[in-house]
Amino acid sequence: MAIRERLSGNEAIAYAMKQINPDVMGAFPITPSTEIPQYFATYVDNGEVDTEFIAVESEHSAMSTCIGAEAAGARAISATSSCGLCYMTEMLYIAASDRLPITLAVSCRALSGPININNDHSDAMGVRDAGWIMLFAETNQEAYDNYLMAMRIAESVNLPIMICQDGFITSHAIENIDLVETEKVQEFVGERPLDHYLLKPQETMAVGAYATPVYYMEAKRAQAQAMIDAKDAIRKVSKEFGDMTGRYYDLIEKYEMDDAETAVIMIGSSAGTAKEAIQDLRAKGHKVGLIKVRSFHPFPDKEIVDAVKGLKAFAVMDKDDSFNGHCGPMYAETCAALVAAGVSAKAINYIYGLGGRDVKVSSIEKVFAELEEIAKTGNVGETYRYLEVRE
Amino acid sequence: MSKYAANTAPDVSWKDLTRACDIYEPATSEVVETGDWRVMKPVIDWSKCKQCLLCAPCCPDMSIPVNAEGKREDFNYFFCKGCGICANACPFGAITMVKNKD
Repeated sequence: MAIRERLSGNEAIAYAMKQINPDVMGAFPITPSTEIPQYFATYVDNGEVDTEFIAVESEHSAMSTCIGAEAAGARAISATSSCGLCYMTEMLYIAASDRLPITLAVSCRALSGPININNDHSDAMGVRDAGWIMLFAETNQEAYDNYLMAMRIAESVNLPIMICQDGFITSHAIENIDLVETEKVQEFVGERPLDHYLLKPQETMAVGAYATPVYYMEAKRAQAQAMIDAKDAIRKVSKEFGDMTGRYYDLIEKYEMDDAETAVIMIGSSAGTAKEAIQDLRAKGHKVGLIKVRSFHPFPDKEIVDAVKGLKAFAVMDKDDSFNGHCGPMYAETCAALVAAGVSAKAINYIYGLGGRDVKVSSIEKVFAELEEIAKTGNVGETYRYLEVRE
Repeated sequence: MSKYAANTAPDVSWKDLTRACDIYEPATSEVVETGDWRVMKPVIDWSKCKQCLLCAPCCPDMSIPVNAEGKREDFNYFFCKGCGICANACPFGAITMVKNKD
């Protein structure tokens, strides 16, 4: 029987870590992810886990610790947020290109400036090209579930994985949650499959080699293939997880999309707000839907294209701005997928919820009102929009 | 997958590279060609060489082998990058740098 509990998102992640009992954690505190290593350090101190907890002097060192441990053959974890993730950036690239399946919990937070500790996705989106698999959670339950699936996914393609949730909104809010029994977790997660690793007896090994121009591109092409293969890995592990818990996940979640005429595409906790707005609007006869993106990288290009086919208009919601003068990262990826598939669409981009700006049911209803106007008139207008910014 | 760096040549496909270019054998410095981007190369004039051996320890790589009799042998161009330190170190002008035409 599943265990009924009430946990914050950070607690849920720390509890998943405890159930998995990994080998090494290297972590440095930063709001709002601080609680994760804090709770976990308590487990270590109480002897509830066998993990080697390494209290490092920075996030750069935290990720370096994970790289060394994972290369040695261990399962290594960390947690961070915001500028902590930025400070890890150099080593995030090393983790991915050295093909080390490290698991990193991210409680997403805005980047300065102006200085701000609240939620948006600019930290995670800022490192989106580092080569990590990136899963996002809408709820505490999803954050916990994604974490339990993370190592299996990462280790099957030898890429590191980020388990992202919204700072404060889910990381600090306490919700009801169904926990999986620890024995089942350990059976599901299993042992890390190892072929080559630094502590392997009878094999000399070097990690982090230099590649001259004749080899570098081939190494990157192989890395690109691992991310392509990650889509199937996510589906396979998610199916197994669903069979165990009854909670099935995919790369995207389609909500009220069967007969939808307009829709929003979004990531993270605001998808829950959008669901509420959709229920209200559907009760009034509006055919509206939601495409929630769970896997940002690998990007579910074909899945999104299939889901938006037939829509009269849709909005891609970015809780981050790329500051490229025309759109945010989700919109860019979505439009690239549409062009590659030869599909034209009436699609606008909303930058929303920056620095913890509240996203209400009425905020999402405003987006749908705009979309219905576009569907009616066929006039898309400005595609690069800020939601509920004071003019 | 070609497991050994020794067997990995510049025509290797991305599918045959080791994961992350990891290396699974020791002493790969002896089997990997590092002299392939040389522009100039040193040439020795044996009639001027006095076997003083000032050149051999100056070489930053393994391009000036010294045999069991304590005599230097010809350059090992598999490793030589053409830096020219040996030509500068030679007190007898026995080493000349010429354009590499390989």
